[in-house]
Amino acid sequence: MNMQRIRNFCIIAHIDHGKSTLADRLLQFTNTVSDREMQDQLLDNMDLERERGITIKSHAIQMKYNYKGEEYVLNLIDTPGHVDFSYEVSRSIAACEGALLIVDASQGIEAQTISNLYLAIGHDLEIIPVLNKIDLPGADPDVVADEVIDLIGCKREDIILASGKEGIGIEDILNAVVERIPAPKGDPEAPLQAMIFDSVFNSFRGVEVIFRIFNGTINKGDRIKFVNTGREYEADEIGILGINQIPQQTMSAGNVGYLISGIKVAKEVKVGDTITHVKNPCAAAIKGFENVKPMVFAGIYPVDTTEFEELRASMEKLQLNDASLVWEPETSAALGFGFRCGFLGMLHMEIIQERLEREFDMTVITTVPSVQFRAIMTNDEVKLINAPSDMPDPTRFKHIEEPFVKATIITAAEYVGPVIQLCMEKRGQIKNQIYLTSDRVELTFHMPLAEIVFDFFDKLKTISRGYASLDYELMGFQQSHMVRLDVMLNGEVVDALSAIVHRDKAYEWGKRLCEKLKELVPRQMFEIAIQAAIGTKIIARETVKALRKNVLAKCYGGDISRKRKLLEKQKKGKKRMRQVGNVEVPQEAFMAVLKLD
Amino acid sequence: MDTSNNQAAAQKEISFQNGGRVYLSLGLKVNKLSGIYIHIPFCKRACHYCDFHFSTNSSQMEAMVSAICKELELRKDFLGSDQIIKTVYFGGGTPSLVPTDLLKKIMEQISAYYETDLEEVTLEANPDDLSDKNLEQWKALGIDRLSIGIQTFDENVLRFYNRAHTGEESLLAIQRAKAAGFGKLSIDLIYGFPAMDHGIFLADLDIALEQDPGHISSYCLTVEPKTVLGNWEMKGKFQSATEDFAAEQFEILMDRLEGAGYIQYEISNFGKPGNFALHNTNYWKSVPYLGIGPSAHSYDGKNRGANIANNARYIKGMENGLSPYNVETLAGADRVNEYILTSLRTIWGLDIDRVSALSGVDFVAGKVKLLEKLYSEKLVLLKDNYLFLTRKGKFLADSIAASLFIE
Ligand SMILES: Nc1nc2c(ncn2[C@@H]2O[C@H](COP(=O)(O)OP(=O)(O)OP(=O)(O)O)[C@@H](O)[C@H]2O)c(=O)[nH]1
Ligand code: SF4
Ligand SMILES: [Mg+2]
Repeated sequence: MNMQRIRNFCIIAHIDHGKSTLADRLLQFTNTVSDREMQDQLLDNMDLERERGITIKSHAIQMKYNYKGEEYVLNLIDTPGHVDFSYEVSRSIAACEGALLIVDASQGIEAQTISNLYLAIGHDLEIIPVLNKIDLPGADPDVVADEVIDLIGCKREDIILASGKEGIGIEDILNAVVERIPAPKGDPEAPLQAMIFDSVFNSFRGVEVIFRIFNGTINKGDRIKFVNTGREYEADEIGILGINQIPQQTMSAGNVGYLISGIKVAKEVKVGDTITHVKNPCAAAIKGFENVKPMVFAGIYPVDTTEFEELRASMEKLQLNDASLVWEPETSAALGFGFRCGFLGMLHMEIIQERLEREFDMTVITTVPSVQFRAIMTNDEVKLINAPSDMPDPTRFKHIEEPFVKATIITAAEYVGPVIQLCMEKRGQIKNQIYLTSDRVELTFHMPLAEIVFDFFDKLKTISRGYASLDYELMGFQQSHMVRLDVMLNGEVVDALSAIVHRDKAYEWGKRLCEKLKELVPRQMFEIAIQAAIGTKIIARETVKALRKNVLAKCYGGDISRKRKLLEKQKKGKKRMRQVGNVEVPQEAFMAVLKLD
Repeated sequence: MDTSNNQAAAQKEISFQNGGRVYLSLGLKVNKLSGIYIHIPFCKRACHYCDFHFSTNSSQMEAMVSAICKELELRKDFLGSDQIIKTVYFGGGTPSLVPTDLLKKIMEQISAYYETDLEEVTLEANPDDLSDKNLEQWKALGIDRLSIGIQTFDENVLRFYNRAHTGEESLLAIQRAKAAGFGKLSIDLIYGFPAMDHGIFLADLDIALEQDPGHISSYCLTVEPKTVLGNWEMKGKFQSATEDFAAEQFEILMDRLEGAGYIQYEISNFGKPGNFALHNTNYWKSVPYLGIGPSAHSYDGKNRGANIANNARYIKGMENGLSPYNVETLAGADRVNEYILTSLRTIWGLDIDRVSALSGVDFVAGKVKLLEKLYSEKLVLLKDNYLFLTRKGKFLADSIAASLFIE
């Protein structure tokens, strides 16, 4: 394939602005899928994506498009819009020369429109602005076009009006892709240099590597090498990504495809690595990706403690499919063996948990999420704190630093007041306020990450009646007065319930956590004292009263076995509970913190 | 409950235990006993809370008694040849509905096929069946103990339960039974019905105590699935008592009866010295027994058998000489756990050495933390390597037993 006839582009936007729906139309228009195969948001092929109606993973697919009598190969990558998955976007961008920037014509520019746009510009991608959903009665293309022009400095006529739903503007978009996005550069004759930008684990075929060739040519059966890991393989199968995989004998510079080389161990593949030939390797690896930075850390434990190894294997497979998931083993007195995992955000954490349950049949407990703090030790050493248990003794550090973010909130003018108030409650400081239009305002805050990752967005949506979007990026660490809050049940610390909180919020947190636990811990034979403490100082207490009466009156002849079985069954049910000292703690209790409102 | 009260309660327990033991050592060779239970599956009408096996159509009474006699014959070797029958218990259903000539047949069948040395023959009877004539004939048959289904003396509550008698009748029935010379009398009372406030229950206890029965069994109302009450509860027309309400009445029950000189020798059973029920006590001591009649259970020391709970099929099966029961062999742990469950409920307590011997592991060593906690919370007492529930522990007998179960 002549490189001049290849176009690699991704579709980027704020969440729900219609990327996947637009992709459907492009696939249909180019006859990449037949009408029979077509379904809404075809590329969202994970159960979870379909159920939640959002894209979680980027998805690459190849289309053929006839433009002015010439056949072009268009490699499209649909990306997620949710802030948690911006890593997916940045990887997709690295494989492309252009991007469709979709803006919902009824919503206008939102926080992730801006952040994703900047990602694309940072990679010198050609941007094609598209106003989508113009079919909506609430669409206001003129005003939104002004916003777009302001944002990217394009000309009004560069903006394509479209509706993924009604199939408007599809041909314009395809033509613009061919006309405006540059063909890939690269030398098919040079040593092979292909970048792995995604990978998928398939139980039957092992690891499927998704790559973009920058230089050189790869043939089926070639001896290849992954530059960073140094491992060598045979290219058992290469091919392009249609609606199904289409095997090829040879693929060369500029193209996007998949590789299967009998890799069974998930960990062997590093997304961002470079593929080259064993003989005649390339001189240098392509600049890979910055290691993904997890925003939130939490423990994941198997409910059934004997399933630890199974959980490990499942996480390894999941990690292959989701390069942003990082973890290391961890032990908890209350929960046994598990993993401390890093997530991109709360949605990501929720999704990982759900995928473990669905795709791997694991039942897991997730513990109190936390961001990463740093302790500046008395000897000036910096100690990272990913879990409450990492918090050193207060006598051993000078101070604690916590991660801050620059948060961008776009909202309607009438909600500016409540938004500022909310941010202040969350220890935020307003840094900037810009009117995008007379009615739409972009607010910039500096805020602790810990305050933003949990329920901030839900609250923001509530106070703005849904008219607010949020984006944030890490800006660095700042000194904060953080303390470790422990929870004790009948005097025994439940490590899995500890949390690192700001001193000013510790009392409130402790109180609400104790109250919540009181609801969740069932009455037992003994009274249970639930206490929250900072060091040795108790700051909150609740009591679960002992059961008053649990005795069946009758116990003769046949009742005896019946009753034994009943009690045994109840006891089995309780096995899913965790034993802390003499107290039985139900699984939900470990998630209680998430439900504090 | 404050600590001093606890201690007082605990003290009381100990003296009761001693009382029980003294009493026991006076006469009964408990573990040599075995008994026969006969289930009579007919009632006049269905009480709204009852999930026992019975039919309100007694046209099959004669056929049923023949079948029962047949089963007595067929299963004469169930308990082994060296067993001596010491107790017979007619339960139901309503055994007092059985015509005396038919009861006689059953008694004769027992004598014909079993070696007996009867020390207690109990008949469960409803107040409306306690005619002078019946009483006289039962006595003649060798029945020496009556367990009378009083439940309550309150007319409203009786009506709610759909009982076939009035409170007035109950009172007269007790008096007639005493006059007829039934020294061993037990009455049943129900508590924990939410509409029956503490005053009504106290009145029930007062009336009962005035009659001075030797034995009282009292059960908390439990709502069972396939009953009228269960149905009402499902439809939201009825709500069971709260845990606290039931606990308060249980407390009232124990206070009153202990005050009147009764010994709570099992959670729901109170007797004056010399009046403990022998037959029922055997259940709690894992003594073998033979259960005859539809839905009756049997235990031979290892296996539990359950007869089919269907009158027509039971009769048919017996006519064809078929075995009417399913057998379930108890695993070692099952037997230990059943012993834990029942023994803890009694005044004789749980024999720790016996549990260790039965299970082959040191019971205390395996549960030491839990036992310490139960002890420090004043839920159990330990004496001569026997474990007993305290007054406080009795309220949580099921939780405590379950926590002590072995794997
Ligand atoms: N009216 C109208 N609705 C649209 C249009 N395009 C998409 N939608 C609807 O908008 C919602 C989101 O569409 P998606 O295509 O899943 O949006 P997305 O940008 O891929 O969402 P994420 O991948 O989760 O960020 C769906 O309910 C679509 O049916 C359009 O052109 N017009
Ligand atoms: S309580 Fe007694 S009389 Fe009433 S239905 Fe049940 S068995 Fe029959
Ligand atoms: Mg999508």
